[in-house]
Amino acid sequence: MSTLKKINNFVELRQLREQLKKNYQESLSNEIKIIVGMGTCGIAAGANDVMKAIIDELQRRNINATVMQTGCIGMCAQEPIVEIIRPGEKRVTYGRISPADAKRLIEEHVLQGRIVEDLVVATFEEGHPDETNFYKQQRLVLRNCGHIDPEKIEDYIARDGYMALARVLEQMTPEEVIEEIKASGLRGRGGAGFLTGLKWSFAAKAPGDKKYVICNADEGDPGAFMDRSIMEGDPHSVLEGMLIGAYAIGADEGYIYVRAEYPLAIKRLRTALAQAEEMGLIGKNILGTDFSFTLHIKEGAGAFVCGEETALIASIEGKRGMPRPRPPFPATSGLWGKPTNINNVETWANVPIIIRNGAEWYASIGTETSKGTKVFALTGKVKNTGLVEVPMGITLREIIFDIGGGILKDKKFKAVQIGGPSGGCLPEEKLDLPVDYESLTRAGAIMGSGGLVVMDQNTCMVDVAKFFLNFTRAESCGKCTPCREGIQRMREILQNICKGKGTLEDLDRLETLANTIKDTALCGLGQTAPNPVLTTLRYFREEYEAHIRDKRCPAGICQDLLTYFIQPELCRGCTACVRVCPVGAISGEVRKPHVIDPEKCIKCGSCKETCRFSAIAVK
Amino acid sequence: MCTCNNQSLPYEGDSRLTELLEEYKGQKGALIPLLQKTQSIFGYLPEPALRRIAESLKLPLSQVYGVATFYSQFRLKPQGRHVIKVCQGTACHVRGASRILDRLQRELNIKPGETTEDLRFTIEPVACLGACGLAPVMMVDDEAHGRLTPDVIPKILAKYA
Ligand SMILES: Cc1cc2nc3c(=O)[nH]c(=O)nc-3n(C[C@H](O)[C@H](O)[C@H](O)COP(=O)(O)O)c2cc1C
Ligand code: FES
Repeated sequence: MSTLKKINNFVELRQLREQLKKNYQESLSNEIKIIVGMGTCGIAAGANDVMKAIIDELQRRNINATVMQTGCIGMCAQEPIVEIIRPGEKRVTYGRISPADAKRLIEEHVLQGRIVEDLVVATFEEGHPDETNFYKQQRLVLRNCGHIDPEKIEDYIARDGYMALARVLEQMTPEEVIEEIKASGLRGRGGAGFLTGLKWSFAAKAPGDKKYVICNADEGDPGAFMDRSIMEGDPHSVLEGMLIGAYAIGADEGYIYVRAEYPLAIKRLRTALAQAEEMGLIGKNILGTDFSFTLHIKEGAGAFVCGEETALIASIEGKRGMPRPRPPFPATSGLWGKPTNINNVETWANVPIIIRNGAEWYASIGTETSKGTKVFALTGKVKNTGLVEVPMGITLREIIFDIGGGILKDKKFKAVQIGGPSGGCLPEEKLDLPVDYESLTRAGAIMGSGGLVVMDQNTCMVDVAKFFLNFTRAESCGKCTPCREGIQRMREILQNICKGKGTLEDLDRLETLANTIKDTALCGLGQTAPNPVLTTLRYFREEYEAHIRDKRCPAGICQDLLTYFIQPELCRGCTACVRVCPVGAISGEVRKPHVIDPEKCIKCGSCKETCRFSAIAVK
Repeated sequence: MCTCNNQSLPYEGDSRLTELLEEYKGQKGALIPLLQKTQSIFGYLPEPALRRIAESLKLPLSQVYGVATFYSQFRLKPQGRHVIKVCQGTACHVRGASRILDRLQRELNIKPGETTEDLRFTIEPVACLGACGLAPVMMVDDEAHGRLTPDVIPKILAKYA
């Protein structure tokens, strides 16, 4: 790592930016660039091997090209992703690249300048505004993700990084910063959607000379990974947002609380912090002003409830992460009893761009009450899984079908789960709902962190409801009774239904219990835990009834209600199933139809998966 | 991030622990980072280490134990050289995560949360690894593996000695 020079004032920062911009432009006209997506998703899909193949091949052929890593590009379904830019030519994005493909890209595209059409995902004019706005997206928070090397502060500065900080420190009073954020209409992206500017003003007004800012990077909602991608792909944007917030409320110290399951995000944040410190952008007398700020990175230790702000604060203090009743709110009594402002990763990452482009511009995006963009993590049974950033107010249908490409294997859409364990499952008739805080809440779901898990006809909604209760039951901290005992009772009822032992009265009991927990639990975890049950009961009641009345799981998921059997007319007696059956439940003569012993069968599905003749069926 | 290779048992005056305790002396909110670092030395949290941490931070042992058992990251028993974090999150669930977990259990002959007798692997179900776009996903040590099918499990396991 090269040594970074300290930046002493605004002039030096601007000079550096100009220089870096120029270097970048020059590099575009005289270097071949090969960019590999090295976020967690990329690596999970095999990006390390692809990177290695590229470097080996370049060396072997003695080719001069710049190989660069970048964070999440947002197209998980296409990982591993490689992008190639030849001087003066378009940026070409290739998807699902194997090490062998990588060699082909070098041979054909890098050396001969011929685009390898069969592997192309997209092409972009470098520097064109559409560059980051593919499909119906509008990428503000993710503007740098996939475009910079997240481990190089220079890349961030070359794309106007830390300019918002400079603007704030040079030209704005803390009050003006708060007014600007208020005017932008930005709302918290961590779940509840509280107005960020208003929250800042509470902490700013709270008496006390020691104040803290915290970044909530606990991202516990399974199925959401936008915070991880921002930290892995553009960590400095979070740091810059926090610096601006700290200046606005009068804090001189901050914490980023990251979950331990994100080792790469932690590593990139630490690198970014060290670089910002080295350049004097974090530390004493930043850019020659009176403003000083220190930042710590804290690793979480695995507890969903620690995403709740009071529990998170307890955890930083080294205690068990249990929520406490509010008020007092953290704004008046937070970390170590001091006024504390806590925001989510995506909220912080929105701040620099609001300051740079102005509140008015920001407020022009989105709907009346939900401004700006939101990043969604699109997962489950959808073709283009990945991260998408769209203006608020777009419909779920546009996200799932236009951007997401529709349902995997063209099966039938059944439901979309939005908002994680606190959210709900919405059916087909809600697909034209505009995505904003209010309309989702009215439908029984919540915006939450923005996880969208798409489900098809083969997903059982009772099973999904049970799945979420398993989760919330395990994560309940146990402090309040409604949550600790109530969720457990609801879960037992659902377990019975899935086993075919439920009664129709159980459904009323579930509803009563759910509403009681909602009204009486201590924190958001318990208050929202019944939502998955309530929404599935509201929109998919007939599926519950099928489990109860007909002892049947229409989606074919609930194992206790299924029997595996071999259709004799399709079975060729190849014995493949006999070999995979872990419990020896299948028997028969070679080349004659086999049978499954229902007494022994553990319903693992291995045989069905193995059979090449689709002879094994479930009823 | 734990390296967890070192399974040597701690004795009262283990010098690595002594150094750690020195480093965190008097720091605010030191308990959780101390437990994390202790676990990365020993691979788990041995009782003598918990006692020494309590003493050094002037906290009741019950409080240290309370914190260590509250968070799912901490283990009070030795774990395998390789920890398999297998995702049971929503996106993975709807794309067949339970079949991956089943296969792992059958391959290794242990239950979730348990460690193989040769201390090679521990299976640890987790809620989400943040690679949901590649569901189902698991992570061996710090290396993520995505788009899993039950059939590729043996091949992946073979990579870790
Ligand atoms: C059980 C529970 C879990 C939560 N998990 C998270 C989380 O993982 N990340 C997050 O940013 N906020 C989470 N929140 C919301 C926080 O309490 C808090 O509202 C948020 O960090 C405020 O930031 P914002 O205003 O920028 O949204 C959670 C809340 C509850 C009740
Ligand atoms: S749900 Fe499995 S990685 Fe997120």
